[in-house]
Amino acid sequence: MTAITETRELAANRRDIRPGRIIAWTLLLIGGLIMITPLLFMFSTSLKTSGQVYDLRLIPAAPTFENYIKVLGDGRFMRWFLNSTFIALTVTLSNVFFDSLVGYTLAKFEFRGRYFIFLAILSTLMIPTEMLVIPWYLMSSQLGWIDSYWGIMFPGMMTAFGTFLMKQFFEGVPNDFLEAARVDGLNEFTIWWKIAMPMVVPAISALAIFTFLGNWTAFFWPLIVTTSKELYTLPVGISSFSAESSIQWELIMTGAAIGTIPTLLVFLALQRFIVRGVMLAGLKG
Amino acid sequence: MAKIELQGLIKAYGNTRAVHGIDLTIEDGEFVVFVGPSGCGKSTTLRMIAGLEDISGGKLLIGDEVVNQREPKQRNIAMVFQNYAIYPHMTVGQNIGFGLYTSKLSKAEKQKRIEETGKILGLEKLLERRPAALSGGQRQRVAIGRAMVRDPVAFLFDEPLSNLDAQLRSQMRMEIKSLHRRLGTTIVYVTHDQVEAMTMADKIVVMRDGHILQVGSPTDLYENPVDIFTARFIGSPSMNVMEGALAKGALNIEGVTLLGLELPAHEGKVVVGIRPHDLLVGEYSGAGIVGSGVVEAVEPLGSETLVHLMLGKTLVTATAPGRVVPAIGSTVTVHAEPGALYLFDAASEKALGRA
Repeated sequence: MTAITETRELAANRRDIRPGRIIAWTLLLIGGLIMITPLLFMFSTSLKTSGQVYDLRLIPAAPTFENYIKVLGDGRFMRWFLNSTFIALTVTLSNVFFDSLVGYTLAKFEFRGRYFIFLAILSTLMIPTEMLVIPWYLMSSQLGWIDSYWGIMFPGMMTAFGTFLMKQFFEGVPNDFLEAARVDGLNEFTIWWKIAMPMVVPAISALAIFTFLGNWTAFFWPLIVTTSKELYTLPVGISSFSAESSIQWELIMTGAAIGTIPTLLVFLALQRFIVRGVMLAGLKG
Repeated sequence: MAKIELQGLIKAYGNTRAVHGIDLTIEDGEFVVFVGPSGCGKSTTLRMIAGLEDISGGKLLIGDEVVNQREPKQRNIAMVFQNYAIYPHMTVGQNIGFGLYTSKLSKAEKQKRIEETGKILGLEKLLERRPAALSGGQRQRVAIGRAMVRDPVAFLFDEPLSNLDAQLRSQMRMEIKSLHRRLGTTIVYVTHDQVEAMTMADKIVVMRDGHILQVGSPTDLYENPVDIFTARFIGSPSMNVMEGALAKGALNIEGVTLLGLELPAHEGKVVVGIRPHDLLVGEYSGAGIVGSGVVEAVEPLGSETLVHLMLGKTLVTATAPGRVVPAIGSTVTVHAEPGALYLFDAASEKALGRA
């Protein structure tokens, strides 16, 4: 590199350090610290004994994995973990399938009442979950779904938001692709599955990630609809540590730390899709 | 291969008619081009032939069978779309093979067909590539390959070259034409580009507002247009038109002298058309028409120069030899020989004859 280009690059780097940039970085750093502190304390507490829980040092004086051994050795915890895994995966698959199918139908087929159906689906987005819990409960009770996997899963098997998201994306798929397949002799279901679905993979990824994470962390509805401890999901199970004789913070934090691992893995593995999904769908994580 | 017949074919959207009962016979192995401006109904007609649009009235016959109610797949036709419609998540080979998705051929047989098609289209080395790694022309070839592989009774092309640059468009025109010569399959081709229609078609169908205006060979349409629209639509640059009047066997056009022309028997206002390539820059003393005007613009094309000048009150385009580039603002004389004038009735816009 010549001396002249080197000088130019240095000058360019200097120009990049503007006051606005410094403020932005500082704010982001503060925000990052605020967000990561509880996480760090969670991991820190999970390495402490019950006596050290109120010692607020970030690095425990005598770190121990005893809590992990205790939690993982407790058969109930693994059961809750598997419950959560099963429920989150089933609901995610169900959402990807049904939301896409309905979204595609609404986006690509002309039929009477299409707009009305879309508006009806969309209007359910305006009803908060808290208002829906009682009707859901009554429904579950009448259908005998209380304290069952089906009872936990049914309200989320298909969502208005997912349908809306997928409809918007399918509208972007040019009709020529579908018509070409029609001329090639494919039936409508195969066209959806083989042609349209692969063309909206970014949207499917976004929907799958958000549905999985939402169901993995779901607490309110599983708490209401389950009574037997075998059917608890991880968040409900972890919270039960505090409902017994005393609040066992070190165990709650250990359970939460283990419960965070799949979430972290999902984020790490699918970071690219999450960022793209947020940008595409205009969501907040 | 099969003959395609359109008998009083109608397409209506509610109370609006897009195609008004058109009749046309496309012979087996013929290359027919539908041409017309946007919204003239040419693509709708093609889509009705494909089975992608319901037919509101009339009959559509493919190989002597009425196919109005048949699904696209039951018609055994293949279609190439404007944006190619090749699937981005499949390789070139998979895209070509997709045309055989419902075929009962064995896997080995399908692969053989894919390879043969790839070879015909010069894609044999690209079969494993994804469409994103192909050029526009190659993508178009893949789309044609997917249509070809099925051995359909007819190919339908919906403005397939619109997305290509001028040079590639010209190359692909020749490729499609030579493919038609080799395969001998019926082709129905839709375009708004009259150059494509003229260079490729055995038969051109000119459409406007859902009606067929004229059907004929490219030369026929160029030499004997039935109305002003067809006359101006076919041929590039577009035909010049000037207002005139026929009275007592004499033709009067403002700013133009006419000599020794055989005029059709007609009285009243007329529109006179002269193709730019028949209106030549230069002094002239023979029979025909002569006029002078001020040059407004010039387009030197190398082999010739297009000169835009005011003839009377009309801006017309004339042709000069390549090396002659008149100055803007200068006055030039233009002329056309007898037989170069197309006369149309001003009210009905229908052709009256040549002069």
